[in-house]
This record gives sequence, C-alpha cells and structure tokens, in this order.
Amino acid sequence: MQNNIDSSLYPTTNGVGDFVRSMLSAQSAELVNNVLAIIAILMVVALSPVVLIWLERKVAAHFQARLGPMRVGWHGMLQPMADGIKLIFKEVLKPEGADSFIFFLAPILPATASFLVLTVIPFDHHLQVTDLPAGVLYVIAVSGLGVMGVLLAGWSSNNKYSLLGAMRSGAQMISYEISLAFLMLLIVLLSGTASLREIVFSQQGTVMDWWIFKFPVFGFIAFVLFLISSTAELNRGPFDIAEAESELTGGFSTEYSGISFAMFFLAEFVNMFVAAALTTTFFLGGFLSPQFGIAPLDQVLNMVPGFIWFFLKSYVVIFIFMWFRWTFPRPRVDQLMDLEWKILLPLNLLIMITGGIFVGMGWV
Amino acid sequence: MDLQPVIAPPGFRTGGDTSTSTEEYFLNMGPQHPSTHGVLRLVLKLDGESIIEVVPHLGYIHRGLEKVAENQTYVQNIHLSDRVDYLSSHIYNMAYCLTVENALGIGVPERAEYIRVIVCELQRIQSHLLWWGVMGMDLGAITCFLYGFKEREIITDIFEELCGARLTMNYFRPGGSFADVPDSFIPQVKSLIEKMKVALDEYNTLLTGNIIFQKRTKGVGVLTAEDAIQYGCSGPVLRGSGVSYDVRKDDTYSIYDQFDFDVPLGTKGDCFDRYVIRMEEMAQSLKILEQAVAKFPTGPYRSKTSASIKLQPGTYYSQVETGRGLLGIYIVSKGGTKPYRIKYRSPSMSNLHALNHMAQGHKIADLIPIVATMDIVIPDIDR
Repeated sequence: MQNNIDSSLYPTTNGVGDFVRSMLSAQSAELVNNVLAIIAILMVVALSPVVLIWLERKVAAHFQARLGPMRVGWHGMLQPMADGIKLIFKEVLKPEGADSFIFFLAPILPATASFLVLTVIPFDHHLQVTDLPAGVLYVIAVSGLGVMGVLLAGWSSNNKYSLLGAMRSGAQMISYEISLAFLMLLIVLLSGTASLREIVFSQQGTVMDWWIFKFPVFGFIAFVLFLISSTAELNRGPFDIAEAESELTGGFSTEYSGISFAMFFLAEFVNMFVAAALTTTFFLGGFLSPQFGIAPLDQVLNMVPGFIWFFLKSYVVIFIFMWFRWTFPRPRVDQLMDLEWKILLPLNLLIMITGGIFVGMGWV
Repeated sequence: MDLQPVIAPPGFRTGGDTSTSTEEYFLNMGPQHPSTHGVLRLVLKLDGESIIEVVPHLGYIHRGLEKVAENQTYVQNIHLSDRVDYLSSHIYNMAYCLTVENALGIGVPERAEYIRVIVCELQRIQSHLLWWGVMGMDLGAITCFLYGFKEREIITDIFEELCGARLTMNYFRPGGSFADVPDSFIPQVKSLIEKMKVALDEYNTLLTGNIIFQKRTKGVGVLTAEDAIQYGCSGPVLRGSGVSYDVRKDDTYSIYDQFDFDVPLGTKGDCFDRYVIRMEEMAQSLKILEQAVAKFPTGPYRSKTSASIKLQPGTYYSQVETGRGLLGIYIVSKGGTKPYRIKYRSPSMSNLHALNHMAQGHKIADLIPIVATMDIVIPDIDR
C-alpha cells in the first residue's frame, strides 16, 4: 500500500531548520539542526514530567473528592518544581553492600530509553528528529532498555524487597513487551509501513480512518489491548506490582533517595508520555486533525496546528492511564502473568490473523 | 561481595530447606511497613514469592496497660480501656463499665442504654469504614481510603460533639454516661443513616464488584470453621468461616435483644467472605441505629452511683462484641477502690494466631488481604 503524501501540504522542514540552513553551509547546518533537535527533545523530557506530575496529583485528588495541591502557585501549578527542588537537595544514600557503579547507573537507563524513543515520534509533520524507515523496530528495541534500569536497580540495592520488585518487573515488562510488539506489528501490517511518519499518513481522511476505527471492531480491541499492555509496561497502577508499596514498601526503588530516586520518578512520567504518544501515533491519527466530513467544521479544525492535536490526543490517553490507576486495585503477580499469557497474547495473535485476512482481501 | 551465612530467626517451626533447586530466605516485614498498620513485625520464611511460614513478633507498642490499671481507681481506668483498641474506644469503655456495673449490681436507665447502643453501633460503623478504606489501599486502590474517610469523618464529628474527643472517648461511666447527648445528636444520626446507605452502594460499586479485587480475595486465606474455633478467633473472622457467634445475639448484653438484626455468615472462610461480612455488618448496624433512633426515650441518662466506687472482693467478667470480635474484661478485686488485676481478652490477639495457618502456601501479595481482613489493631494485641 502506498500513501500519496502531499509534500506541499505536509512539508518535512520547519522554520527554524530552514533559517539555520539559510545562514550556514550545508554540513554545519545539519550539525546545528541536530543539536537543536536534541535540545528540543531534552526540553520535552524535562518539561513533560512537570506538567504530568501536576496533572497526576490533580486528577488523583479530584477522583478522591479532594482538591490536591492548592498553595504553591495558582492551583498548585508550581508544586512539581517544589517537589523537584526537594528531591535534588536530598542526600543520596547508598546502602551498605550495594554495587556502586550499577547502583548509580541504573536510574539513568529508564530515562535514556524514553529519551531515545522520543526521537522518532512525529510531533507534527515537520517536527520529528528523524524518520527511520524501520521506526517501529527501533521503538521496540530501545524501549527494552527501560527494563534494564529497573532490574539493575533491584539487583544492586542489596535489599530483598528491591530484588523481589526487580524480578517481578523483569518478568512483567518482558511479557508485556511481547504483546506491545505484536500490536505495533499489527499496525505495520495494516498500514504497510514501519515508518512512524507514514503510519500517521496512512490514517488520513476522517476520524473513521484512524486505525482505532478503520479496522472495524478489532481496531478498538487492539487499542484497548495496547492501553493495557502499555500500563503494564509502564509499571503503573493497577499493574505497579514492581513497586507495590503495600507489599514491597518501594519495590526496586526502596533504597533510592534524592536525585537517583528523582530519575526513576522522572522516567516513569516521561515513559507515560511516550506510551501515550505511541498510542496516538498508532491508533488516533497522530498529528492529523480530527475530520468529521463536515466541510466548515473541518476547515476550522484544520487551522489548529498538528502538534497541538498531537499533544491533545496524547493527554487524553494519559488521562485514561490516570483513570486506571486511581480506580483499580492491584492484581497479584501470577494473575498478571495469566492475563498476559492466557488472555492478551492469544487475543493478539487472533487479531493479527484477522488483520492479515483483512489486508489480503483488501478490506482496509 | 562475601555471602553471609543465613541465620534463621527464632520462632520458626518448619524445618530447614530440603530441596536442592531453590533456596529459602527470610524477610522481615515490619515493624515499619506500609501495610502492617502500626508496629506489627512479621518475619516471613519464603521460597521465592511463596510463604512457607509467618512468625509475628509482638511487643513493639506494649504499654503495660493492664499493670497500670492496678494503680488507678475504677473510674480512672475507663480512659485506659479506650486506649487498648483505639478504633473501638466506646465499645471498650462500655465493656469496662458493664463489668463494674455487674460487680456493683447497679442498673442503667433506659435512655442510657439507648445512648450506649447508638454510640457503639456508630463506633462499629466507624471502625469498619476505616478498615474498608485501608483494605482498598493495601490492595492498591488508594481512592477507597479517602472515600472511607469521608463518611468516617461525619461519625467522628458526631462523637466530638458528644464528648469532646474524636479518638479516645472516655464517655461512658458506671451507670450511664458522664453527660446527656446534645439536642443535635439524634438528627445527626438520622442524616448519617441516609448518607451511609448511599455510601455503602458506592463502596460496593467501587471495590466489591471489581474483578481484580475478587480475584485477589476469593480463595485466599481460607480458614475452616474447626480451625477458626480452635485458634480462638471471633468476630468477622469466625463468622466468615460460617460459625454463627455474635456476642450481641448469643450472649446478649445491654438492650441488644430488643433490636431486630441479622448476623451475616460466610461459607468458604476466605478473605472475600470476611470482607462481605464486614460490609453487611455495616448495613446491619444501620438497621439497629434506625430502630434505636425511632424509639429513643426521654428520662435520666445516668443512675445514681456513689462518688467512690469500691468493689466487693471477687472476680467479675463481662464480654461484648467489638468491630473485631469478642472482647472480654476480667477484673479481680480484693476490695477497695483499685482493682487487684485487670485482664483484657482482646479479639485482635486471638485472631492473629490464625495468621500463619491462613498465609501458608500463599504468595507475599496474598498476605496483604489476609492481614487486612483480620482487621488487627496493634495496641489491641500488645496492650
């Protein structure tokens, strides 16, 4: 399946890049542009937790019939800053008998993984660091790095609670990665491309052309499965058995304090944003504006820039993640494995086969 | 890094490791742990995530309340009794006052009996609300915690208006209570009954029907009727195993025989049964409250007692049903104004004995609902 992408309507370059290119020679312009792109991604990594921590606290508070942070800034807007400052100035402790190198390496890995995934995410048609032809494979490969951090943290802490948490999360994240990979491959199968940018363009048209609806019924099931697997992959409630504060006190992060703990905390929130961004890209039309087939309305919706739609959709997905977390109790570790291996994986295979039939018959 | 030799902590009855493929290890859960609710220390013997044996270590909040009581007069001891189980303080006060009244041979006016029943049932609901919220939180549904506290706060406010205290009440006296109820008491209770009925439905929607919750609790921590009796369990733990014994029904005290209420029973004796029984008990307490509020009489709130209470030499015992089970208070008097010995037969202590039996063979994660549905209060164990 080939997508006819109108390059005049969806240019791949943006104003900043063009300006740099017009000022400098081709080689140095490329270097400068790459540095700028990395800075931009770093800004996303640094700023999205600030927004998300505030949002999480507010959403949680309102689910629980209370107000949440109200004192620091307008409606507690500056609360994440206060939290961050507190964490930075706290003493970093290393337990006796911990493996220093691994103990301090571990917190860096999850944040790195999410940073690397963000480089291929198309925030808008002209806002993407690089569009790899096999972007989906890259995402699957790189997101596996996050598990390493958690496993190493639990192992190097020299604490039985941490070790239990790490072993749990190792089993959990590796299992759910299979589901997640299958669902990504389903979209690759349906859209006929592994580039994230082209996956977005394969959903051009009205809202009904997004993969959540375009692949009838099964698309929606796949979307729900993707949300469940992402939540498990993120180690977030209700699947936060690796932390499970009521069972394992703090799970893998029991022994971490100060900035090392903050790195895990930050990675958790960036990962949540990455998962939401991937869901948006694969199922909700990415940066494309929602079209309803009503000409005047569609024109108005089209006037809103793509990245705003992208963030809007991502935050709706993030809200769903938060909704899960503050509603459901936590399953037991073996029940979580049952869910993956006995329900989700067979269902995924079934959807894959159906997807293959649909593509083969030319129905999508 | 050198491997340290595994030294088994004391108290374990199961033998050493016999299999060659796995290695048993010990995990110290508590005294500072998020889900032991206080300073309960459990030492676990584990094989991977499976529990081989649990040994509770007690005494971290032992205050010697029974010994202190020997040096205080009978009236001064009332305020010590509500510090044993701080979630059933009115009921502990009542049990103590019942024992003293029993020894003095004095009665209680009808209005005072109604006040006692209403206040004790409110206390039972309040205690169960806290348990419900905390149980949800232990299983990861943190929202339950705040929902439970929302209604609990209304009851606490009623108590505050009643006697000035929110936790340790010291309200009842031998012969009645130290003050009459305020005028706003009955209307407040009436409005609470209406609110609680809505809230109970809400709780069932939020937690009881949840499939994850049912999977976590059904078939977990099974205690058969024989075992429950042998371990000396009482309250919802005993009734969850299908044994119908409620002190309010079977050894009725105060005016509980005048009210129409059911004793909910479980069938399997698992965590879910114990959970459902506590939820149902709240509904039954509301039923008692409705009847008591409708018939609330006028008259004196306290019978005449002498200023200085002196008991005849002898032993005196009375028992009541708290939110956790059977509470017995045993007083030995050798005459005079102070008791020779006081013994609390506290429900949490007796229920805790069944913990190892219930938890063996389950996962660590199952220990959480097992401990939560036993609803133990640590000062009630250590005293």
